[in-house]
Amino acid sequence: MVKRRGHKLITHILLIVIVLITAFPVLFALITSTLSFKDAFVFPPIMIPGGHFISNAVEAWNRVNMGRLFLNSLFISIVVAVVKITLSLMAAFAFTHFKFVGRNLLFPMSMITQMLPLPVRIIPTFELMNLFHWINTYYALTVPFFASTTGILLFRQFFLTIPRDLSDAARVDGVKPMRYFFQVIVPISRTNISALFVIEFIFMWSQYLWPLVVINSANMRVIQIGLKMLLASEQIAPEWNIIMAGTIIAMLFPLLVLIIFRKSFSQGIAMQTDK
Amino acid sequence: MESYFKSKWLPYLLLSPTLIILAFFLFYPAFETFLLSFYKVAPYGNRKIFAGLFNFKQMFSDKDYIYSFTLSLIFSVTVVLAGLTVSLLIALLLNQKIKGARVYRSLLIWPYALSPAVSGAIFRFLFNPANGYMGYFTKVLFNIEPKWLTNGNLAFVVVIVAATWKNLGYNIIFYLAGLQNVQKEALESAAIDGAGAVRRFRAITFPLLSPTTFFLLVMNIIYSYFASFGLIDVLTEGGPANATNILIYRLYRDFFVNSRVGYAAAESFILFVLVVGITILQFKTTGKKVYYQ
Repeated sequence: MVKRRGHKLITHILLIVIVLITAFPVLFALITSTLSFKDAFVFPPIMIPGGHFISNAVEAWNRVNMGRLFLNSLFISIVVAVVKITLSLMAAFAFTHFKFVGRNLLFPMSMITQMLPLPVRIIPTFELMNLFHWINTYYALTVPFFASTTGILLFRQFFLTIPRDLSDAARVDGVKPMRYFFQVIVPISRTNISALFVIEFIFMWSQYLWPLVVINSANMRVIQIGLKMLLASEQIAPEWNIIMAGTIIAMLFPLLVLIIFRKSFSQGIAMQTDK
Repeated sequence: MESYFKSKWLPYLLLSPTLIILAFFLFYPAFETFLLSFYKVAPYGNRKIFAGLFNFKQMFSDKDYIYSFTLSLIFSVTVVLAGLTVSLLIALLLNQKIKGARVYRSLLIWPYALSPAVSGAIFRFLFNPANGYMGYFTKVLFNIEPKWLTNGNLAFVVVIVAATWKNLGYNIIFYLAGLQNVQKEALESAAIDGAGAVRRFRAITFPLLSPTTFFLLVMNIIYSYFASFGLIDVLTEGGPANATNILIYRLYRDFFVNSRVGYAAAESFILFVLVVGITILQFKTTGKKVYYQ
């Protein structure tokens, strides 16, 4: 119906402008990360990429031990995402396929959980880490993040759309619950699993406050804190070419995860908002 | 009809890891925060003295705290309103039937992958006084050279823009998903009846999007109060002169730098009251919906 050509042209122009404005900060970060120190410091700033990205990245990498920080971030993000997804699948299976006392506690529980973001409980949680001797360990970086009512609700909603006949037939045939879980439930949840993986991976990769608080050894730091260190290591003249190279490295992986899982991610989100 | 697996212990076994984690790292610490907020705690020691409402009284008579409180409120309202408005407009554009819509979508949802610290670092670079691109552009375009990060008000504006930018991807993703559920038929028949685009949006699209809007409202408020810590720490460190010292940053400093344990616990508790209010409002309004961090 509303198919005026001018209308479409305007939409295209608007979108291109918006894409450029949104990308602008990263584009300039990218350009600067390819410049030599001298070129990164001229005014007016240079708008054309140079050829120094590799050497800048290597310098950033060496300066704050980025290789290790990168691996730490990768490790904790994958571990937390995988464990969270596993525990959520298990809990959602319990809530949807069994009758038990406490079954209707899911919503109160998720409501309370949402009321407790880390900052409102950070002091005792930190003291708990001391008590457990978990300061400067992967335990501190991962275990407190393992439970997710977000994930439970996401899977629950999806499990409720699975035709009941399926589990009825399985029960009539005497299939054990856990076998049904592994052979039916988990495989058909693939899309939701990937969607949740993207969400949890990026969530964990971006963590800043908690790693800052529970880690003070150079080897256990995460990459986000590495950015702060790159900035702090500069007192007089910040070497923006090196700092931006570090920043690009820090944003690469979550971006990659988003791109790889893009399709199932969008599908998973769409499924969620569709009541 | 009974269509459940029969087992007395299996559901509890399946739930137990989640419950243990929640109990240890969420419920217990939250309760402990509440208790701690009524105590004076000696730094570096285990001495605790019950002090009643002392911490709270001190907090609300502290001008700096009130300042941070107001700052957080302004920050939150601005980031949420600007973020939701801009991303809704972008999502509406992306939802048009045009060539390359999928490409545009990919090119606009990627900020979802940005972390607060990354966006902080990039903005610190863009607005730096020596060779920041923003300084250059404002000079070329308007012949002014604002002191972006050394003027308190301007630094606050930069923080707001950085936070809004970082949130764009998330908000657009959810608005696009919400728009998929707006029925094309309703819009088409309204168009046939002669309703213009603005009217169609106001009468049909916007009301149908209200669950998404409300969900995003809550998530963005929580984000602006809590998750913006990394952004602040990298971009301004709460400065210049407290100009960007929002509640979460103050809490961090009071506990981890100044070792004011009881006082910081009281600050935590106020944040808790805030998020309780938002959550109750949300559950009352939208009922049982899903939440993402």
